[in-house]
Amino acid sequence: MNKKEVKKKNKPIVKKTIEMVLFIFFLFILFAPIFSILIWSVAIRWYWPNTMPQEIGFDYWLQALGVTKNLTLGAVNVLPAFFLSLGIAIIVVIISMLVSVPAGYALSKLKIPHILKGLILILFLLPRAFPQQPVFLNLMLLFNKVGLNGTVTGVILVHLVVGLVYAVWITTSTFNSIPPELEEAARSIGASRGRAFLKVTLPLAAPGLIASAVFVFLQSMFEFTGTFFVGLPFVTTLPMTLYSASGSNIQFASVIAILLLIPSIIFMFIIQKLLKAEYIGGISG
Amino acid sequence: MAILKVENLNKRFGNVQAVDNISFKVEEGQVLSLLGPSGCGKTTTLRCLAGFEIPDKGKIFLDNRDITNMSPEQRGIGMVFQSYALWPHMTVYGNLSFGLQIRKLDKKEIDERIKRALGIVRLSGYEKRYPRQLSGGQQQRIAMARALVIEPAIMLLDEPLSNLDAQLREEMRFEFIELQRKLGITAIYVTHDQAEAMVISDRIIILNQGRIIQIGTPKEIYESPHNCFVAGFIAVTSFIKGEISKIDKDNIVAVKTEDDLLIYAKRPGLKTGNKVSIAIRINTVQFAEKDKYAADKKNIFRGKILQASYLGDIVDYRIQLGRWIIRTNESSKINYKIGDEVEIYLPPEELIVTPDEV
Repeated sequence: MNKKEVKKKNKPIVKKTIEMVLFIFFLFILFAPIFSILIWSVAIRWYWPNTMPQEIGFDYWLQALGVTKNLTLGAVNVLPAFFLSLGIAIIVVIISMLVSVPAGYALSKLKIPHILKGLILILFLLPRAFPQQPVFLNLMLLFNKVGLNGTVTGVILVHLVVGLVYAVWITTSTFNSIPPELEEAARSIGASRGRAFLKVTLPLAAPGLIASAVFVFLQSMFEFTGTFFVGLPFVTTLPMTLYSASGSNIQFASVIAILLLIPSIIFMFIIQKLLKAEYIGGISG
Repeated sequence: MAILKVENLNKRFGNVQAVDNISFKVEEGQVLSLLGPSGCGKTTTLRCLAGFEIPDKGKIFLDNRDITNMSPEQRGIGMVFQSYALWPHMTVYGNLSFGLQIRKLDKKEIDERIKRALGIVRLSGYEKRYPRQLSGGQQQRIAMARALVIEPAIMLLDEPLSNLDAQLREEMRFEFIELQRKLGITAIYVTHDQAEAMVISDRIIILNQGRIIQIGTPKEIYESPHNCFVAGFIAVTSFIKGEISKIDKDNIVAVKTEDDLLIYAKRPGLKTGNKVSIAIRINTVQFAEKDKYAADKKNIFRGKILQASYLGDIVDYRIQLGRWIIRTNESSKINYKIGDEVEIYLPPEELIVTPDEV
């Protein structure tokens, strides 16, 4: 009996240790890449076989942020590219919301034959259904004819082509998840279509619509292939500078990578606060 | 005075005629039930009244206004949904004040009306709660209060009690009746539950396949069904089909079945040769005991117990009678077993004869 009792007492300890190990392992997999980039961004000299950089400094950061202008480091001021990416992303989100919210509402609520609904959704999906390089190459050739190559407008359009896919699907499914009786109840009690939408449907759809906006924003910030084809040589977004730097200058590339990550991390925090579980759970009530 | 007049309502969905030429009137302060099996058109009719469907043909008049093509928000109705449809992102106060704010009432009046409505549904003090914090029965009462608080001309209820468990449903039925009588509400009530319709209605419309089969008071429908469908729908009924072979005085008819059973029943206006169905309500069958039946020994038949279901105070029997199966309830004090041979008596005056459709 003694042996069995001892084994029972040890069991939770063993279990907890295994859990802890797995948890740390999971955290490592999740954060190690970022950690690695962090180290690279402050490494002035780091040669093999050292596990840590020999010399650390913020030189590359200062170069990237335009504070210093040292030509030997090979790092340039990326702030213009950063703000361009940001500006494009914001415009893309605004246009995308203006299109996808009404589209999603219409596809979800209005009495359209199912075949037509399916066709419209597939139409939005098509750009992503093909290999991206041929699609963007084609786009570049088309834009050439109308003079949109190398313009910010052209890049915005490319980002929209990619972003609207997700935006429309997300907004449609968001509106689908709201029971039609909720709007009908509002109308039966005297609310016009518009008022019912503003006071009932929109607040309940908000989490999903915000998710759609964030998705489109991040997608636009990170978009590379299409921007590369259409943006060159005049429009330089942050991902493009990252591409240029990644071949030769790892420290510089790491700085840019972190700059790119900042918006995502900020948005993750915002979403966590906004998408309260009660909102989502309350809909089924 | 009739508050609601429906004339020749028609609505088609693709190949299905969901509402087929429906006409009826509802007087002020009355409850009219639309009763029928799934797909009979009752919900579509209600949605036409509410304005969520526009009929293909026909007219709807509310308080003498033609509302047939009006959008829902202009009709002045109050609606209670099967799923209650309370807005989860608003408190009880928010749900109830929504309609009142649209009508531009001042805050004092809104507060008063909400207080009164909550008092009527016995949920005073619940203003700050959210729908997810309420039980099913409470949500149902708030949904009711929300429709009442705007003081509509007519209330439309779409199976409002279907989502509740059996006991709560029965309780809420009586609460609804009390409410309706106290406030003099005019209501159209859609349900598939015949017991519910019988309890709450002043009049019932039986619908099937989009058509009105019968309109009447609960008593009329139960005692004088127009045909087998109504007879069988409004209560548990067994049927025996046959042909009128003889007509005696006092409107007593003799019905002969294919397997040569002779059943006597009472119904005026029939002729020999008419094909009829005899509706036998579950509580009219009697187990014959010696000397307990009519002296002329009519309507006594030999049967065999097929099934016996114990329900506590009664036992539900299924009896094989010739080629027919008759259901009956009997006190559980008497206990027949499967296979027992029994003699049953069908009192002629309590059998309902319905002519078969031509």
